[in-house]
Amino acid sequence: MRLTDEEKAMLVGALGEPRRWAIAHQIAVGEFFDAADFVPVSQAHIMADTESLGEAGVRFLEGLAATPEEERRVRVPTITDPRGIDFAVYRRLGQTPEMAALETRAIAALRAFGVLMTDTCINYQTIMAPVRGDHLAYGDTGVVIYSNSVLGARSNFEGGPSALAAALTGRTPRYGYHLDGYRRGTRRFRLTVSPADFSEWGAVGGIIGEACGSYWEVPVIEGVETAPTSDALKHFGTALASFGSTALFHIPGITAEEAAFAGSPPAAAAIGRSEIAAFLARYAARGDQLDVVVFGAPQLSLFEMEAVAQALDGRRVHPEVTVIVTTSPEIKHAADRMGLTRRIEAAGAVVAQGICFYQSYAREMAEANGWTRLMTNSAKLVNIIGGYGYRPTLASLERCVASAVAGRVL
Amino acid sequence: MPVLLRCHKGIGPTVTGTTLVAADNFSARYDLDRGKGIFSRPSHKLAGQSYVERILVLDTAKGGVATAWMLHEMKVRGIVPRALIFNRVNPILAQGAAFGGVVLVDRFDGDVTQIFRTGDELRIDPAAGIVEILNRDR
Repeated sequence: MRLTDEEKAMLVGALGEPRRWAIAHQIAVGEFFDAADFVPVSQAHIMADTESLGEAGVRFLEGLAATPEEERRVRVPTITDPRGIDFAVYRRLGQTPEMAALETRAIAALRAFGVLMTDTCINYQTIMAPVRGDHLAYGDTGVVIYSNSVLGARSNFEGGPSALAAALTGRTPRYGYHLDGYRRGTRRFRLTVSPADFSEWGAVGGIIGEACGSYWEVPVIEGVETAPTSDALKHFGTALASFGSTALFHIPGITAEEAAFAGSPPAAAAIGRSEIAAFLARYAARGDQLDVVVFGAPQLSLFEMEAVAQALDGRRVHPEVTVIVTTSPEIKHAADRMGLTRRIEAAGAVVAQGICFYQSYAREMAEANGWTRLMTNSAKLVNIIGGYGYRPTLASLERCVASAVAGRVL
Repeated sequence: MPVLLRCHKGIGPTVTGTTLVAADNFSARYDLDRGKGIFSRPSHKLAGQSYVERILVLDTAKGGVATAWMLHEMKVRGIVPRALIFNRVNPILAQGAAFGGVVLVDRFDGDVTQIFRTGDELRIDPAAGIVEILNRDR
């Protein structure tokens, strides 16, 4: 890679060990992807939940955090993805004091870098939305695909170590979705039906994601006549990124960039009612005893919180079922202030802030609570959670709530 | 005479080992029980099989960003694949391999899940972009 004088200085350690580690890591990744040089970034977003970090990752952070302050301070505004623990509710969810202790250490280390602990995967709705052409180092696939597609920003998937490295150097290797050539459409789909709710938007994302099956494919989705809401595109994008590892999509007339194809447009694959129904049927379990209902992945917007509150008003969650609602600290504060949290908790549900369920020791929670059958309106979550030992069902918010009250999958 | 294959320049030191091959994808979060060192996702083609010290040969990466931390955590505990071979990876696997010190190569001429067979003995030289199948001559 072509390096500036400042980057060379970082590489030889003249600006301290954290920046030396960071630029060396970035060069290794950049050369793997044939990056010619670095591009400055305006923000970094770090996924650093302790389930992923483990003791080893926390020790790594603590090692860098122990260096002098001028060597370890991040160079651009840097925020965090959901964490593993909400200290207010972790015991109720079957998480342990040891998990909380590791989380406390990780938070202390991240704060030492000057990281802002936003603990959210909906920062584009709640912290600061990037603008078109904004180069970023965002962690969390849902954040990246929304920012790239809906807003026209430019980020690759930056895992925790790479996002931290970008925060420390203020730049990232220029490859992939930082480059015009990778942002053109490669696959074409036509939606012949309007998804009825967020679970169906997620299902469509899952169908397209499975068909693409690669980070390097860029689907173009035609047939979307009316602008979907931010929450609908949030569920669509996160499912697309989860099932396909996809980082960019175009919806002509709706998303930020022109939906140009790399060559002549490929034939469009139709997605209609039967395709969505078949996708949902893969997770069907009507009549099964229900253990846990999760609203999250991504964290809920204020409007979603209100929808959950409305669905739960005047009802009571079945004693054998746990309902978990996850949102960001910003939205939790707003929900508290507006009485939404009280309404949700009055029905027996748990409102957790700063976590996103699957990043929160999901396997250990299942073992501690005896959970197997999970229900959610998040297609992303049903894709992830099978590997943690759960049997997931995907359904609308209303059906999830009705099932939680009944104690079985309706 | 070993079979010699070329790929894109990869990450990590030269290693030898035995393959575990499947026409499926990979995410440390989605697919693994990292405590037991096995594939745990029921629908994965390697479900129930141990990945520890094997050279995993799979199609591509899927899903989220957690693998970037998890490969490091797995490496420190010693419950980690010996190396990773893919058709084409996403940034997360490359970042995780670079951070965790796990050998990774991709971008061969052909489908790696067809080229390699479970049980192949390989020597991987990531810096040169060369993989040798030591126990086969074709």
